[in-house]
Amino acid sequence: MDKDINIKVKVWRQNGPKEKGRFETYALKNISQGSSFLEMLDILNEQLINEGKIPVAFDHDCREGICGMCSLYINGHPHGPDGEITTCQLHMRSFNDGDTITIEPWRSAGFPIIKDLVVDRTAFEKIMQAGGYVSVNTGGIPDANAIPIPRDKAELAMDAAACIGCGACVAACKNGSAMLFVAAKVSQLALLPQGKPEAARRAKSMVAKMDELGFGNCTNTGACEVECPKNISISNIARLNREFLKAKFKD
Amino acid sequence: MSWLIKSSIGRKLIQSISGLFLILFLLFHLSMNVVLIFSHETYDFLANEILGANWWAIVGTLVLGLGVVVHIIYAVILTLQNWIARGRNRYASKSKTQVAWSSKNMFVLGVFIVLFLFIHMYQMWYQMQFKDLFGIEGVRHDGAQLVVDVLSQTWVLIAYVVAFIALWFHLNHGFWSALHTVGWNNDIWMKRLKRLGYFVSTLIVLGFIVVAFAVYLGYTNLLV
Ligand code: HEM
Ligand code: FES
Repeated sequence: MDKDINIKVKVWRQNGPKEKGRFETYALKNISQGSSFLEMLDILNEQLINEGKIPVAFDHDCREGICGMCSLYINGHPHGPDGEITTCQLHMRSFNDGDTITIEPWRSAGFPIIKDLVVDRTAFEKIMQAGGYVSVNTGGIPDANAIPIPRDKAELAMDAAACIGCGACVAACKNGSAMLFVAAKVSQLALLPQGKPEAARRAKSMVAKMDELGFGNCTNTGACEVECPKNISISNIARLNREFLKAKFKD
Repeated sequence: MSWLIKSSIGRKLIQSISGLFLILFLLFHLSMNVVLIFSHETYDFLANEILGANWWAIVGTLVLGLGVVVHIIYAVILTLQNWIARGRNRYASKSKTQVAWSSKNMFVLGVFIVLFLFIHMYQMWYQMQFKDLFGIEGVRHDGAQLVVDVLSQTWVLIAYVVAFIALWFHLNHGFWSALHTVGWNNDIWMKRLKRLGYFVSTLIVLGFIVVAFAVYLGYTNLLV
């Protein structure tokens, strides 16, 4: 049964990108274990506002695990200790009475801090703009059944397409590498006939952008896969390597 | 081909190919060691006539040396770049993400291997091929006896075994990681490659350890 618990949260506070940050600890009383983690942060912010203090900035939007906006490194895990979910899907029943919960922003050179727990993830957008799409040439809508796609390919493409671009892979990686993200975005298109014509160009330019933005070299530790809320497999990274190397050797 | 050094995947390819090349060399090295157990005479014949200071052995040594140097240089580059990519501010809470220990410690394991290499090269290669090539006094042509002399010291045995264990961890991650890097992996092959890596690293390391102990305990030249 869900109880009401008293907890402490140790939160990273940083006024701006260039300011020096520090941890602040706040006590929270009677938090229902049935509430979500972000609701707990809402309660904290209400408390802070009532005390005349500045609320904690954190990212969130859909609060149902589909938009990829929420983040947070909670007690040594991106998206908290519970597996296969985003922070917005995390519930306070993963914590116990008397716990001190450490909450940090994603930390990586590719994701600079904007304020408190909010980091700048536009790097992912830039990588997508470098080639993470199929060029649309207007014309009639082709019949859906005109392009046969083997079932296993379709499944793998759908699995890769589950990536919500939250950045947990980068946050978990000791190398600050964005390979799982890029691999998922390259794979979801490379596996399908619609994505094939541009596959080589896509792999090359997305990897080039990823490198340019300061993400690290993947050494296959697999931390990304473990922490990914959408269970994206690192097999996608092997596929990305394959696509990239094929494209380069063809040049 | 500048993408090889300019792109992250290119740099990983270099690390991967040099690593796989070194694994092949280790397999060859192991088979030489096993000969020692059976016959000193054959060992010395192979070491002096087939290897020794012949032009092909010198070319081989140079290629091997190049492989080692490239692997170490890229190990340093990759590790440094990755350290920087992690950002200036580190997490205060220790990461609780479950990953294979060796995958996080490839560089440290490599440093152990390098330290071993210095000792090992001085004890063996310097005394034989190097001195021979540069006409330095005290060249050893009795390779088998040299190995026995060196490995009958207890500290050498211990140092070697420690290095072999470090190598085992390095290869446990390195083997499948290298194939993953060249793109030869998927959900099905992942398990197979990890198991194969486990097998190859155990074969190499156990082989080295068994021979080292055999030499230490005097069980060599058994066919004579
Ligand atoms: C007998 C000697 C060695 C062998 C057989 C070997 C083998 C390998 C292999 C197969 C890989 C995997 C490449 C990949 O992930 O794509 C690797 C990676 C690596 N090695 Fe070595 N290695 C040896 C010595 C060393 C030494 C001396 C160092 C240096 C300090 C070193 C440092 C590294 C590092 C940092 C990596 C990259 C980590 C990674 O990709 O996971 N290795 N090695
Ligand atoms: S807020 Fe949308 S995924 Fe968490």
